[in-house]
Amino acid sequence: MDWHQLIKITTAPDNVPIVLMLFLMPFYTWYGLKQSFANDRLIERLEADPELAKTHHRKTQPFVKGWDSTVHVWPYLLKIEFLAMIIVTLILVVWSIFLDAPLEEPANPNLTMNPSKAPWYFLGLQEMLVYFDPWIAGVVLPGIILGGLMAIPYIDVNPRGNGYYTYKQRKFSIWMFFIGFLVLWLVLIVIGTFIRGPGWMWFWPGETWDHHRIVHAMNRNLHEFIGIKDSEVWKAAGFGATVVGAYFVLGGLLCDRLFRKFATEMFKKQNFAQYATTIALTVMMFGLPIKMILRLGFNVKYVMATPWFNI
Amino acid sequence: MSETKPKNKFKLPTAAELKEGQIWKSVFRHKLDETPRNRSLAVLSNVFLHLHPAKINRDAVRYNYTWGMGGITFYLFLVLTITGVLLMFYYHPSKGQAYRDIMYLMHDVPFGNFTRNMHRWAAHAMIITTWLHMFRVFLTGSYKPPREFNWNIGVLLLLFTMLLSFTGYLLPDDQLGFWAVTVGTNMARATPVMGSEGPFGPQLGFTAFNDVRFAILGGSIVDANALLRAYIWHCVAIPIIASVLMIVHFWRIRKDGAISGPAPVMIEQDLSGPVAKKA
Repeated sequence: MDWHQLIKITTAPDNVPIVLMLFLMPFYTWYGLKQSFANDRLIERLEADPELAKTHHRKTQPFVKGWDSTVHVWPYLLKIEFLAMIIVTLILVVWSIFLDAPLEEPANPNLTMNPSKAPWYFLGLQEMLVYFDPWIAGVVLPGIILGGLMAIPYIDVNPRGNGYYTYKQRKFSIWMFFIGFLVLWLVLIVIGTFIRGPGWMWFWPGETWDHHRIVHAMNRNLHEFIGIKDSEVWKAAGFGATVVGAYFVLGGLLCDRLFRKFATEMFKKQNFAQYATTIALTVMMFGLPIKMILRLGFNVKYVMATPWFNI
Repeated sequence: MSETKPKNKFKLPTAAELKEGQIWKSVFRHKLDETPRNRSLAVLSNVFLHLHPAKINRDAVRYNYTWGMGGITFYLFLVLTITGVLLMFYYHPSKGQAYRDIMYLMHDVPFGNFTRNMHRWAAHAMIITTWLHMFRVFLTGSYKPPREFNWNIGVLLLLFTMLLSFTGYLLPDDQLGFWAVTVGTNMARATPVMGSEGPFGPQLGFTAFNDVRFAILGGSIVDANALLRAYIWHCVAIPIIASVLMIVHFWRIRKDGAISGPAPVMIEQDLSGPVAKKA
């Protein structure tokens, strides 16, 4: 166990935010879910007792008859905003006094940094470069992430949970967001920050960064597993295209089955475009962990290899 | 007889008298005593506060619902603007000089190191608060009608926040920024159809000297042009774009009922039974 290495990574000034995130994300996940479950219990109570539902103020926040439903912005909101400003300023001042922003040697194109890492918030994308070629990891996937995020309000046809925490009424969308954001995006960042060392090799936390470590690349393209050689370009490409196509078709069909069974209402409410988008985004999102497993567990380099592009 | 005529002595006005005077009244157009009317006017007659309505949902002021992350993000943007402007006074976006300016800021400029630190850490904090804000908005389903479009503006703001941070990374012109931006922009080389190493890019005639990466960097390597471009994007272009988006973002929030408060929960009977339909 190389504590020095571990401390060096975790206390690097630019890694402070990601160490902070390790605490903030679980906290706020718990904080949000706690309120979701509280609301779920209230919903259950009201559904069981429709008479109560007619008179209840329908929030978990306390309410006494006769209280105004609104308050003046001045002073009730502005004082909180002012307090928030003071607290944030205080944190920034202390942070800025005790921790200096890093400055390395002057830029030198002839001296490559090893490892040469992007800022922490892009390390998820950089980690994806291990599993996909740059055109997918750096261009297509970020585009799909942004496009997918923007599509959310238009494909989520569930009218419940508009403006309050709930888990029970939105299980599907909450699970999808947790998998996409908490699991994939943040875990990739954590791997990129704490695991990846020189040569972007895998070093467990506490393992010494060995700059001379050599890993024999044994990654093979998928078509080699069944005996198609790289030189058989069209055969390999055809096989790869079949596998990728089959993944999308079978994955799509599987999603369709599951949605029909477990998300019946969504299935009924969505129009075809919404339904197809949901399935496409789901299948693509799960493509990332599947490729990660293929790569890390089975040393698969490309599923589809052609002279022009690889997947 | 002369004693009866008082001397024309200058006397400082009291606070109460000041508040009755013309100067005070020209600035603050409402009285200050604690009446509902004055409390409303304090917000409505102030250009900086008028984005708020006079009154809001009583539960919206609770921390547990909004986490305050959107507001904190905006505050961090202001902190970054102020510290950023201060840093600009000492910074030349040119190769060689840029790094020396950072050294100068760190070691000689009064509070220069502090200002730079604060700019750096506020930027990191802003990324975190943006993500947490998005996380909260998702968990409360606040992107649902009528706020779908505002969620999209928010996604764009998320993108521009990260681009702001990324363009700023290059400005010290040190190894850290240089290689981070090299790695980052190398991906642009692989853009399908428009990158020199992307799928079908070379076949369409794209080389390292005319592809999309060249357009981003103003050259085929991260050099003087890239530094100037990063500077302009960072200090002028993206802040303007982000500000416009923020105007839309905040305006929409205001039009949809200002700072969101928890909505009353819906139950299944609301969706089907005769109880509601009004909800």
